[in-house]
Amino acid sequence: MSGIALRRAGDRGAMLDLADNAAAVRVARELSAAGLFLDVVPGHRTVLVTWKEEPPREEILTLATTALAGSDDRAPAQSVEIPVHYGGPDLDDVAQMCGVSPEEAVARHLAADYTVAFLGFAPGFGYLLGGDPRLTVPRLAAPRTHVPGGTVAIAGPYSGVYPRDSPGGWRLIGATDATLFDAAQTPPALLAAGDTVRFVRA
Amino acid sequence: MTEIAVVRGGPLTTVQDLGRPGWAHIGVPPSGALDREALVFGNRIVGNDPSAAGLECTLAGPSLRFGTRALVALTGAESNATVSGRPAEANALVRVAAGEVLELRGCVRGVRAYICIRGGIDAEPVLGSRSTDLMSGLGPPPLRDGDTLRIGTEPRASPDAQAAPPAPRPEVPVLRVVRGPRDDWFAPGALDALCASTWRVDPASNRIGLRLSGPTLERLDRGELLSEGLVTGAIQVPPSGQPIVLLNDHPTTGGYPVLAAVHTADVTLAAQLGPRSRVRFAVSK
Repeated sequence: MSGIALRRAGDRGAMLDLADNAAAVRVARELSAAGLFLDVVPGHRTVLVTWKEEPPREEILTLATTALAGSDDRAPAQSVEIPVHYGGPDLDDVAQMCGVSPEEAVARHLAADYTVAFLGFAPGFGYLLGGDPRLTVPRLAAPRTHVPGGTVAIAGPYSGVYPRDSPGGWRLIGATDATLFDAAQTPPALLAAGDTVRFVRA
Repeated sequence: MTEIAVVRGGPLTTVQDLGRPGWAHIGVPPSGALDREALVFGNRIVGNDPSAAGLECTLAGPSLRFGTRALVALTGAESNATVSGRPAEANALVRVAAGEVLELRGCVRGVRAYICIRGGIDAEPVLGSRSTDLMSGLGPPPLRDGDTLRIGTEPRASPDAQAAPPAPRPEVPVLRVVRGPRDDWFAPGALDALCASTWRVDPASNRIGLRLSGPTLERLDRGELLSEGLVTGAIQVPPSGQPIVLLNDHPTTGGYPVLAAVHTADVTLAAQLGPRSRVRFAVSK
């Protein structure tokens, strides 16, 4: 076996446990391209698949094994640049928690190459991995009820951008004018799992 | 005028069709009518496609003045509806003349009533669906007093006044669940505790989730689960140990472990559970 654990997720779904995010992204791409499923949802280290009627269980494992064994010859993921005005309400706290100046915290956030691990929480919200591990801060103990759309935030291993006004528990360090989600566009989300992202000064 | 004037919007009346599945990978919830069976049945009565948009009324309904004559079906929870003062039968073809007012009152035997109109509600589709998603803000906003609704084009199919209504719902429904995917994040016996108890519906429940109160479902101390995809019907257990059954406007990923998931066909039963009503669970294959 290829180290893939398959768990049930309701009567019309299955959850694949994978070794890491790169595996999850590859398997999700393969399963999605097969066109057999209602939804194919990568997580941090998982892929959830759902279907309408007959369970394509055997195909799931076959496709996942192929994805992990073969070379990934699908269209390369896109690279996205997100211009940021740094200086969110939590930047000073983040710097203090990490024992650096706010300028150094920003420099570390700018220096990293990020990968979109998966999307969730809200339409177009990408969970970005690859940030500087020295910039790891916990989520707020009590989430804010209102975070403006376009806010750049960090929490745990992730960076992200709030696509629209919403509640939020991450630490706010900047803002962007980039549109993360627009249902009228194709594709509607700026980011897709597997994309690489760099933050640049606006 | 193929328009409807919203005299009163009601406590929470939204446009719903069968939702927008297929976009979960970019964070878009499935949305759609919570009592899917009721919407599909209402559409069948008036001769609409099953996916035509109707109105989902929560706890009580709106008051609507029709600018044109229309064929209407009222399904789901009963609502003591009237058309210009005359009682309007539920689960049947109701004729409304131009200028008449359809009025729904408080829901009984369930908390969500559906209004299906021949032609469907014509709102701008978003990602293939006219459904209001209250979590993401996609689709038309809930009805407000003074709004105008448009009726869509006449379908080809004839109305079906003889359609048999769905079976009546039990007062304390038993929802079938499939174990997992994260049952191994719970103390042994958590699934038994889920199925042995009668749970009470918390008034904070909404289209995102049915919040239940009852015995604490004990989690093992395994730290924090990395975020993963969630199915509709997933029984998520936050640190409080009080489960939440995710409904159609649920976030597409989350980090609370899912003990079990309600059968797709039984999620519609959960949709009709109001504040303080009771529900049970049973494990199925």
